[in-house]
Amino acid sequence: MSTNIRALPALGPTRRLKLPRQAERRLGNGLTVIAVRRPAVPLVELRLWMPFGRTHLARRAMLAETMLTGTGTLTATQIAAELQKVGGGLSAGADPDRLMVSGAGLVTGLDRMLEILADVLTGASYPADWVQTERDRLVDGIQVAQSQPAHLARTALLRRIYGQHPYAVQTPEPEQVRAVRPAALRRLHAERVHPAEAVLVLVGDVQPERALDAAEKALAGWTGDSRGVDLPPAPPLEPGQLLLVDRPGSVQSSLRIALPAVPRTHPDHAALQLANLIFGGYFSSRWTENIREDKGYTYGPHSSVEHSVAGSVLVAGADVATEVTGPALLETTYELGRLASLPPKPDELEQARQYALGTLQLGISTQAGLAALTSAYAGNGLRLDFLAEHAARLAKATVDDVAEVGARYLAPSGAVVVVLGDAERVAGPLAALTPIRTESA
Amino acid sequence: MPTRRARIPATKYPVERFTLDNGLRVVLTPDRSAPVIGVAVVYDVGIRSEPQGRTGFAHLFEHLMFQGSENLEKLAHFRHVQGAGGTFNGSTHLDYTDYYETLPANALERALFLEADRMRGPRLTEENLRNQVDVVKEEIRVNVLNRPYGGFPWLTLPPVMFDTFPNAHDGYGSFDDLESATVADAADFFRRYYASGNAVLAISGDVDVTEATALVERHFGDVPARPAPQRPDFTEPDLTVERRTSYTDQLAPLPAVASAWRVPDPVDDFAGYLPYVVLAEVLTDGEASRLVERLVQRDRSVTGVGGYLGFMGDPFDVRDPTALLLQAHLPPGGDVDKVLRTVDEELDRLATDGLTDGELARTQARMATHLLRDTDAVLGRALRMAVLEQQRGEPGLLNELPRLVGEVTEEQVRAAAATLRPQRRASIEVIPGGANK
Repeated sequence: MSTNIRALPALGPTRRLKLPRQAERRLGNGLTVIAVRRPAVPLVELRLWMPFGRTHLARRAMLAETMLTGTGTLTATQIAAELQKVGGGLSAGADPDRLMVSGAGLVTGLDRMLEILADVLTGASYPADWVQTERDRLVDGIQVAQSQPAHLARTALLRRIYGQHPYAVQTPEPEQVRAVRPAALRRLHAERVHPAEAVLVLVGDVQPERALDAAEKALAGWTGDSRGVDLPPAPPLEPGQLLLVDRPGSVQSSLRIALPAVPRTHPDHAALQLANLIFGGYFSSRWTENIREDKGYTYGPHSSVEHSVAGSVLVAGADVATEVTGPALLETTYELGRLASLPPKPDELEQARQYALGTLQLGISTQAGLAALTSAYAGNGLRLDFLAEHAARLAKATVDDVAEVGARYLAPSGAVVVVLGDAERVAGPLAALTPIRTESA
Repeated sequence: MPTRRARIPATKYPVERFTLDNGLRVVLTPDRSAPVIGVAVVYDVGIRSEPQGRTGFAHLFEHLMFQGSENLEKLAHFRHVQGAGGTFNGSTHLDYTDYYETLPANALERALFLEADRMRGPRLTEENLRNQVDVVKEEIRVNVLNRPYGGFPWLTLPPVMFDTFPNAHDGYGSFDDLESATVADAADFFRRYYASGNAVLAISGDVDVTEATALVERHFGDVPARPAPQRPDFTEPDLTVERRTSYTDQLAPLPAVASAWRVPDPVDDFAGYLPYVVLAEVLTDGEASRLVERLVQRDRSVTGVGGYLGFMGDPFDVRDPTALLLQAHLPPGGDVDKVLRTVDEELDRLATDGLTDGELARTQARMATHLLRDTDAVLGRALRMAVLEQQRGEPGLLNELPRLVGEVTEEQVRAAAATLRPQRRASIEVIPGGANK
């Protein structure tokens, strides 16, 4: 093996963030349509974001499962087959903020996809036999989810963070699902599946103005008033005892930590994003280098800032071997405390900054990535040009800025900690580090 | 009603191929529509080439390739890629191991430097090996041991279908084998399989061909030449008697089943293989597909069913022997025998009565969309082209796939369905042992 010393090549000049061509129109029925051109492949991505706050948990979940199972003119099978014909598909999903219909297809099939979407929005019929089939499937799905450690840990964390807020429980219990009848779904659809505050995003090999025309033609007949249902703001985190959720026999402990965060438009957000990267938000973070690459406690620790309409939160998670649960929490607290007490090194900040800026470029380099970002922004009242503003803020953030947000948001004293694992084996080591309270899963 | 066939579009990604003097094959596919690049290095070694007593070694070695190299300290690779604004990873398959980055275009030379440096020689130290054995054990715990249906069916079905060690063993590895791996094993594995002649480099995205060619020469040109090892023959005879087994998953709340049938050689008999790829989609792609309509909607005997080619769902990245797989999850108390009987019945019906009007065309249209969507990302393109070059010497096949899928005929799909007989089938059933049962 040769031992030539070779120097790392320098990076070439940075290419400026270039936003794609786009157009926007608010239709007479209140629907906002945004069309973005990225012609790399002859496809189009579709995202319809509808505000859906304060809806009944089980009915909301069931509505998403059954919305595409029939209309006045098409059966579920026909809907799927008609979409397939144009290389397309649609699916629906719901959470405490929104109902979302997503899909993609050949761009030559855009008119047909929009036609079928309109048929579903205005004429979804929730046929009784389909509702029954999907109800049973959803119940089974929930049962399987409830056996997954990642789901159980997430559920416990949400309950612990949000208390009485609608974000606290996001998966219905099987018996709640079993109680949902087709009439309730038709009622919920009639009351809440409305264009007034909804945003449709189309991204792909389209001429933006022409795509807006197509959407207007297909969806102008979709009507219904907005009732302006807002969620209350998410409550502030209340740190306290570590919540240990017992899952006897677990060979790993699922460690989940919530810390305060701010919305995308907050002046602290860019610096907080950088502080999060330095802590645990990417592979080259302190946390990963410590508990994975140095100590081998875990496969994939990760932290990220999650934005919802009613508030933002920073969530860190790692699944660690049962026998190192205590030490893993110790190192985690150490890394949070270090970032809250000491400024990051300038080269650490530069590395995180380049990563944040580079991944913005990567994120908008595909139709699907552009659609996801445009829709997520629009759901929070922002437009794609916010990306450039955000990039400018990332470029400007100083070591002092990051140190300041580190102290403000990442301090371990402000953390809510949940651990799912074998309580018999991990309660002792955890209690040596912090007061704990144990519950069964 | 006559069916209008959706016209299947194609991509026209340009492809430049060349081979360096040391045997490294290179594929360039420029596309200047966004200032990003994908870089992939694929080595022709995977799970099937692991030595006996070293289950999981190909994957463990993949981890070691990130632990420093000739001019780079441990952690440097991660920092240099991410510090250039990019992301990276690697993955181990039955027949290959890949390493890749996707980056802003100004980081091309840096990415080539990093890949060339570890192709010359990773830092194989005792400390890094022990550390990564621990990390891999956690990966197995999080993906297999601590969750329901862990490793189902990709780890649990091959030992039912195959008899030889290369095809049948656990590709994630046993803890015993992983713990007893040595630095000498790793050095030997590197020398044997990580030869320049056994690798393909692919670069896609915002690059200039002349400039990129010069950079490849500069960084990889002096990687010492080593020829590719002879790939052993992994062939096994087809099943003639049905094989069926089951195991209890203590964490699983509901039953599940997976079945597989051998299919023609994906490389040497691509024309014979392709109808099976289409058949899997006809059977399971969406609410309008055969098995979803029958098993989920009509009989309600399963809650979900999926069908795909290759144990890792990689129809165009796998060599012989491989299989068509169906997997289904059942409701509480579900009857696996009945599900398998119904699958046989539906396959018979398809083979005998053929497809309905438009059924094939719409399935093909959606398959084309999936193929196009996967290659919209520069990295998806680089990875796929690298493997196509490695296994077939034909990276441009990527542009042809949507059309070739579209040319599969009804007769071919029927004939494929007719071969999926119970006596050629291997099945594995998950018996729920979970508390929620």
